[in-house]
Amino acid sequence: MLKESIRLAAREGAERIIESLTQRVREVDSRVNAYVQFDPKKIQRSQTKGPLAGVPVSVKDNICTRGWETTCASKILEGFIPPYDATVVEKLRQAGATIFGKCNMDEFAFGSSCETSAYGPTRNPWDLNRVPGGSSGGSAAAVAAGEAVAALGSDTGGSIRLPAAFCGVVGLKPTYGRVSRYGLVAFGSSFDQIGPITKTVEDSALLMNVIAGHDERDSTSADLPVPDYTKALGRGVKGLRIGLPREFFVKGLDPEIEKSVREAARIYQKMGAVIKEVNLPHTKYSVAVYYIVAVAEASSNLGRFDGVQYGFRAAHGNLRDLYFETRDQGFGEEAKRRILLGTFVLSAGYYEAYYLKGQKVRTLIREDYTKAFDEVDLLLTPVSPTPPFKLGEKLTDPLTMYLSDIFTISVNLAGVPAMALPSGFTKSGLPIGMQLIARPFQEETIFQAAHAYEQETKWFKQNPKL
Amino acid sequence: MPFEIEQIAELARLSLKPEEKAKLKKDLESILAYVDELKKVDTEKVEPTSHVLNLENIFRKDEVRPSSVRDETLKHAPSREGNFFKVPKVIDQE
Repeated sequence: MLKESIRLAAREGAERIIESLTQRVREVDSRVNAYVQFDPKKIQRSQTKGPLAGVPVSVKDNICTRGWETTCASKILEGFIPPYDATVVEKLRQAGATIFGKCNMDEFAFGSSCETSAYGPTRNPWDLNRVPGGSSGGSAAAVAAGEAVAALGSDTGGSIRLPAAFCGVVGLKPTYGRVSRYGLVAFGSSFDQIGPITKTVEDSALLMNVIAGHDERDSTSADLPVPDYTKALGRGVKGLRIGLPREFFVKGLDPEIEKSVREAARIYQKMGAVIKEVNLPHTKYSVAVYYIVAVAEASSNLGRFDGVQYGFRAAHGNLRDLYFETRDQGFGEEAKRRILLGTFVLSAGYYEAYYLKGQKVRTLIREDYTKAFDEVDLLLTPVSPTPPFKLGEKLTDPLTMYLSDIFTISVNLAGVPAMALPSGFTKSGLPIGMQLIARPFQEETIFQAAHAYEQETKWFKQNPKL
Repeated sequence: MPFEIEQIAELARLSLKPEEKAKLKKDLESILAYVDELKKVDTEKVEPTSHVLNLENIFRKDEVRPSSVRDETLKHAPSREGNFFKVPKVIDQE
C-alpha cells in the first residue's frame, strides 16, 4: 500500500520496495499480464526528495513517459518513445516517485475488458479465466495482484472505475478539469480524465494531492485551488445526504451486486447518513449518447495516426497507400469500429441526426445530476451490472460489451467526479464494487464517505491468491 | 439503416480487408439501431453540450520559448530526412 510504502521508504529508502515488487512481477505477471512494459534495468530511481520518497508508481500505457515507449496497447504506436513526460508523470517525479512500469489496457482505451490490447489480454487476479475490466485493466490488476503499489489510469466512460470494481481496488475518476491531460493520448477529449487506482481510499487521496491542479499546457484544466484530500478522511458521514438513483437499481442488475450496494446504504445510515431515493431519468440514454459523442471525438483524435510522424508504418507504394495500409494494419478491430462509427456520425447529412442529437441528450443527463445534487450530497450506485465476466464472453458482441458501462458512462457525460471502491464479494469469491458520485470539484465528499465505509468494512484486507 | 461501409472507410482512411467489412458492417448497423432510441427524447428546446466546464477561450502570451524536442521527436519517426519527416511523393507526375 502506498501509505505504508512511503513510510518505509522515508526511513530506509525505496530500494527494498522496488526489489520486492520486481520479484512479484516476475512471479505472477506471466499469468496476469498487467504490464505491457516492464524492465527492471529501465527503472530510474527517483533522486528527488518529495512526499512520495522514491516509492514506485505504475502508469497506464496511454500516458506519455519520456524515454519509455508509450503504445496505448496498439500496434500503430509500436516504437513510439515520447520526447516528454505527461504532466501527471512530471508531477509524480517531482513528488519523488519512481516510475515503475507501463500498464496494459484496451487498445486506445477502447473497451471494458482489457481484451482488445495488441499485447494480449490482462487477466483478473481473483480468477484468471475472467477479465479485469477495462480499459485500465492492467493498472487495476497490477494493484490487486500486488505488482504495483499504486497506479494511474484514465477514464472516458468508466475505464478507471469498472476495472477497480472488477479487481477489488479503489479507482477515482476526478472531475473533468481537475487533473491535467497534457501527455495523455486523447480518446474522447470532452470526457477523458486521469485518476489514481489504489488499494485504499487514503492512498487515492495521497496520489490526488500530487496529480491534481491547473496546468497551463492543458487549457481544459481548471484553475482552482487543490485541497489537501487527506484532510477529508476521518470526518465521518453524520448528516451527509446520500441518494440512491432509482434508475440504477433496475432489471439486469445482478442480485448479489444489488444486495451489496443496498447493504452499503444501510451501513451509511447506521453511521448517521441520511439515505434518500432520487431520480436520474435520462440514465438509460447514456450509453447511446456516449457511443455517438465519444466515438466522434475518438475518430477525430485518431486521425493523427497515419504512419508519418510516429509509430508503425506499413509497406506502401504511394502516399494514399501509406495512410490506408498503416491504419488498416495498425489499428485493431474495436479501434476500427469506433473510428468508422465516429466518422459516420460526423459525416455530412448525419451530423444533426446523430452528433447534435447526442450532445442535446447529454445536456439532459447533466441536468439530471444538477437536480439530484439539489437534494443530496452524494450518490451511491453499483459500478457494473454484473460481476467480472469470462474472457471472450462479450468480445464478439460489441453492444453487449458497451452495456457493461451503463452505470459509469453518465458520470463522464456530466463531468462529475466518481469513485469505485470494494463493497464485498460474490458467493463465488469475485469482487463487487460500489460507486460514489459527487458534485463537480467535490472529491473531498467522496473521500470522506468512501473512507468511512472502508474503515467500517475493511474489504481491502482481502487479497487474491495467485 | 444500411451502413455504407465502403464510403465511410474511405473517409476514415481505412483500407479494410473484404473479410473485415461484413462483420464491421453488421456490428455498426446494430449499434446504430440501438442509438436510434435517442429519437424518442424530445430535445427541441435543449441546448447541446459540447463541453462540461463552460470555458471561454484561454489564451497565453505568444512568446518564443526554448524547445529541444526536435531531434528527439524526429529520432523515432518511421522515416526522416534531415530535419523532416519523409513521405512518398504527394503529387504524382503524369
